[in-house]
Amino acid sequence: MFGAVAIAVLLTMALTLVRAILGPTVFDRILSVNTFGTLTVVLIAVYGFLTGRPDFLDIALVYALITFIGTVAVTKFAAFRYLGHPDERVDSGEL
Amino acid sequence: MAIIADVVSGFLLAAGAFLALVGAVGIIRLPDVFARMHGAGMIDTLGAGSILAGLMVQAGFTMTTVKLILIAIFLLFTTPTTTHALATAALKSGLKPIEIPPSDQEPVQSKT
Repeated sequence: MFGAVAIAVLLTMALTLVRAILGPTVFDRILSVNTFGTLTVVLIAVYGFLTGRPDFLDIALVYALITFIGTVAVTKFAAFRYLGHPDERVDSGEL
Repeated sequence: MAIIADVVSGFLLAAGAFLALVGAVGIIRLPDVFARMHGAGMIDTLGAGSILAGLMVQAGFTMTTVKLILIAIFLLFTTPTTTHALATAALKSGLKPIEIPPSDQEPVQSKT
């Protein structure tokens, strides 16, 4: 049962990667990589259940935290080419 | 009791996997960044949520379920935030969503 779910999640990840490669704009790529990260969280959780090791869920939780921060940082950089605090420059970092 | 848990978790896992696949097809086929966010949203909230719910049913009332609930809650809060930030960034950088044309006009292509 978990194997089938793991295969379905892997297939979904492959499909999102197709969009990451095809995506015309950089925001398509960020969107698909963000979805890929979330799916990795689910994959780690399912794999933890598949091999009967529930402590994988801590890894999945940490991965979810990291994916969130990474995606917001990349989005901010893609839009403003600037990662610092918003200062006097015109809209330099207000997402 | 175990049979019911297996059936319920099997159904939830199948539903989650199906929703994830539908979301992925949505991400590929939809014409515009803003339209593709619907697919991404579906994967992140419904797909991942019901797969994690299926795992929760499988794990029963243990510490594992608490961790799964934490992951599910965290995903439910953060993925809409990132999608919102992405939409704002896309709009700020000049992308326009495809206008819905009045019935007689051609769809106005956005600059994607």
